[in-house]
Amino acid sequence: MHRKTIHEIRDLLRKKEVTAVEVTENSLKRINEIDDKLGAFVSIEADKALEAAREVDKKLQAGETLPDLAGIPMALKDNMCMKGTISTCSSRMMEGFLSPYDATVVERLKANGAVIVGKANMDEFAMGSSTETSAFKLTKNPYDLERVPGGSSGGSAASVAAGEVYYSLGSDTGGSIRQPASLCGLVGFKPTYGRVSRYGLVAFASSLDQIGPFTKDVEDCAIVMNTLAGHDPMDSTSAKVEVPDYTKFLTKDIRGMRIGMPKEYFGEGVPEDMRKCMMEAIDVLKSLGAEIKEISLPLSEYALAVYYILASSEASSNLARFDGIRYGYRAKEFTDAIDIYVKSRTEGFGDEVKRRIMLGTYALSAGYYDAYYKKALRVRTRIINEYKEAFKEVDVIVSPTSPSVAFKFGEKTANPLEMYLSDIYTVPVNIAGVPGVSVPAGFIKGLPAGLQFIGNYFEEGTLLKVAHAFEQATDHHKVRPTI
Amino acid sequence: MAVTIKDVEYVAKLARLEFNEQQMQKFTQDLNGILGYVEKLSEVDTEGVEISIHPFPMFNALREDIVRPSLDREEALLNAPEKEDNLFKVPKVIE
Amino acid sequence: MKYEAIIGLEVHVELATKTKMYCSCTTEFGGDTNNHCCPVCLGLPGSLPVLNKEAVNYAIKAGLALNCTINKETYMARKNYFYPDCPKNYQITQDETPLCTDGYIEVAGEDGEKKIRIHRIHIEEDTGKGFHRVDGSYYDFNRAGVPLIEIVSSPDMRTPQEAKEYLEKLKAILQYVGVSDCKMEEGSLRCDANVSIRPEGSEEFGVKVEIKNMNSFRAVEKAIEYEIKRQIKAVENGEDIVQETRRWDESRLETVSMRSKEHAHDYRYFPDADIISLSVDDEWINRVKESLPELPEQKKTRYVKELGLPEYDAMILTMSKSLAAFFEACVAEGGNPKEVSNWMMGELLRTLNDKMLEIDDVKFRPADLVKLIELINKGTISGTIAKKVFKEMFETGNNPEKIVEEKGMVQVSDEGAIIEIINKVLDENPQSVIDFKNGKTKAMAL
Repeated sequence: MHRKTIHEIRDLLRKKEVTAVEVTENSLKRINEIDDKLGAFVSIEADKALEAAREVDKKLQAGETLPDLAGIPMALKDNMCMKGTISTCSSRMMEGFLSPYDATVVERLKANGAVIVGKANMDEFAMGSSTETSAFKLTKNPYDLERVPGGSSGGSAASVAAGEVYYSLGSDTGGSIRQPASLCGLVGFKPTYGRVSRYGLVAFASSLDQIGPFTKDVEDCAIVMNTLAGHDPMDSTSAKVEVPDYTKFLTKDIRGMRIGMPKEYFGEGVPEDMRKCMMEAIDVLKSLGAEIKEISLPLSEYALAVYYILASSEASSNLARFDGIRYGYRAKEFTDAIDIYVKSRTEGFGDEVKRRIMLGTYALSAGYYDAYYKKALRVRTRIINEYKEAFKEVDVIVSPTSPSVAFKFGEKTANPLEMYLSDIYTVPVNIAGVPGVSVPAGFIKGLPAGLQFIGNYFEEGTLLKVAHAFEQATDHHKVRPTI
Repeated sequence: MAVTIKDVEYVAKLARLEFNEQQMQKFTQDLNGILGYVEKLSEVDTEGVEISIHPFPMFNALREDIVRPSLDREEALLNAPEKEDNLFKVPKVIE
Repeated sequence: MKYEAIIGLEVHVELATKTKMYCSCTTEFGGDTNNHCCPVCLGLPGSLPVLNKEAVNYAIKAGLALNCTINKETYMARKNYFYPDCPKNYQITQDETPLCTDGYIEVAGEDGEKKIRIHRIHIEEDTGKGFHRVDGSYYDFNRAGVPLIEIVSSPDMRTPQEAKEYLEKLKAILQYVGVSDCKMEEGSLRCDANVSIRPEGSEEFGVKVEIKNMNSFRAVEKAIEYEIKRQIKAVENGEDIVQETRRWDESRLETVSMRSKEHAHDYRYFPDADIISLSVDDEWINRVKESLPELPEQKKTRYVKELGLPEYDAMILTMSKSLAAFFEACVAEGGNPKEVSNWMMGELLRTLNDKMLEIDDVKFRPADLVKLIELINKGTISGTIAKKVFKEMFETGNNPEKIVEEKGMVQVSDEGAIIEIINKVLDENPQSVIDFKNGKTKAMAL
């Protein structure tokens, strides 16, 4: 059962072939069996999950037609607040933080009968590309337990790939959904900035963060997006743009669709085996009748530099609230109030978080603000304009999701810059705020590789359409790891 | 713009973080590495280019002035490391 | 050498909104600690701010009333600093793009009317409140996030008196337009002063000292006065003025240097991406403009031109919104403006002063004052008796007819004769009439 998709379980539930409680118990059992070696979860909410499942069963018994997500077990990345449960952001700093409120996405999930079984491990405060910066545990790649699941939403990705839950939510600031989706053989979707409410998502970089789903296939992705998307008055940056029914886009017909291949995304940085995998994928698109056009996005080269200034600057301020006064970790020994801050923060944050806080604080400090922060905001404008221009020529853009497949633990931790380069193809999408999706595109030495589609603002439907057509023409999404 | 240990000390103070000498050196090295990479932004001509705080211009997300229930006080103080008399407690602040 | 003082004021005013700046918690005072808090104003992880529209309206109102330009496109910024009363460890405020700029207030300077320029007005949020006890500090976040505007003057004031006048005028205007109750004692108006001195005739500015902790207009005047003297003395002794923040010590009547911070503030202002830009178009500005009540200056002019009041009376009566409202209510009840003004400027204001009360504390109604004047004019009571009746009215809030009737104060003697006597007394004491008009109440003793 754990190998099934959302839409398959939904149909079983509707046909009353299984109950929500059975599905949930099955998920909990699977977690119980494999999570010790997988490490996808930081906390499990079995009681709450079963309670929600029982509610769904009651309604099913009563003959109600329930939403697609009703009764289906899922996981939240541990940076999303859920009332009465612990959210840690995989940081000592937030260990034991009991949220008194629900994130908007959690409210929406609950309203749709979702069964939230637990909180998934992540890079500390979503800072990382391998989930290795988690203060609590390593999450393994279900395809090879010696390798990383990607990050920062590594736990969310691993939990779905290994069949512990049927879908999960992650957050994507520079690739944190798409890159782990790619490394774990899943569909990972980053919506347009403002498409999904950020209220209740512990902020990393306010102008870049977006919540999105991990699913086994594109249909599931469309189903989850139908629940997540929409305006939220609690989030000022939430867009008042109408939400279509995303499942309506899954027509498999992409004849005549113009797909841009930016030459910069297929350049020297792409290893030969990855390039081969990508070119095969592009041949599939061609065979489906899409028109492949070579385009150029020369400014994408600067996106990573822009990202590290903007994301770190915003993070340095967003994380200032963790000071040991009102909540969170407080150092045991200190001399006065100032010292509480210093000791609590020094003991509570890990190295990568500190590195970004330091970088961001430096970039905003007197004398450097214009040279770094303002400059980055101006380059951002140019990157945005470049994307806008490109979307006059093409409907979607295609690229590898990540330059590499899953790497070994410790392989990239010594040099922060090398780790940062994992996000080279995903980061420009966040800088521009456009939507992006990673879909399984094949395997390299037994490890999954993802293809990224990038769409125009609020054109999530078009993205899902092309991703779905590609997926249905291939079998990569049907492969499950043997864990 | 090479970052010196002194810069790192200053920034650490602003950020309310503390490092030993070895960490200080490591951070100085890391920051220089990253900023060296960021240096490439100077290649981009941004003369007369406006800043983009968000991916696209957004205006006026405003709220009506209508009171809604606050948290119960127990919830407000739920995560306080130290509390007394329904107040958050902190050791004496020296002004 | 003669020195000239350069004074600028930074005034924080709490806006009279029902809810906080970025969340829907009430701004109500009182009640228990930490009971007007939510994830947003507590700065809980994941919470996001949403601007209060009414707060923006109030800020625009203040800007228009203070002759400012309203900037069409502005964004909010974060001011980063660690302090336990600041829940997010940054304050959401405005930096490079204040909502209002380049206004002014006219004050009666030593050499006639003088314009004090207003540099900027921006919107921001209040902090929580700390209580300091021996064993530690305790924090209540009910005030955290309460909407504020900060009004920054240009360094245009030269004397402590000018500073006080500026503040009084500012308060009157803000109360008029209803953006704040401006109660300095309750903290809804707070003022910091920047003071420097320079040799008279010099164009350069001296080193600026910031003064905090002044809890009344009088304290502002006294503190600036003290600070100017202190700086002059220091310079004359050959000492350098240090750029610093000093605290006004009300009990010692002096400014005291606050322990200097570890290092200079580096607030790292930058745009707050959690809040999108604010766009105020002409239509919005016009809507606020139409909602503006008549301002003190306009009222004053109208009192003089249309109601025939002397300039001085008009100025006094328009000093506060409540006073003007009382006056206008009397006129609306059919009172003769001049007679009403005389009673208000005289008996009423004197009594209020004596009893340290405000016009809002008056128990009788405007109609009662009009009735009292009517009783005199009809000859039912004499002026002397009227004063007694007024006293009774003031104390009990009863209407004058009832008082006159109950206490048997009706004037039974020959009315005509008495009026003649009064007129004669007044004719023989023209100075008293002038004094009376000017509010000196001694004349009434005649």
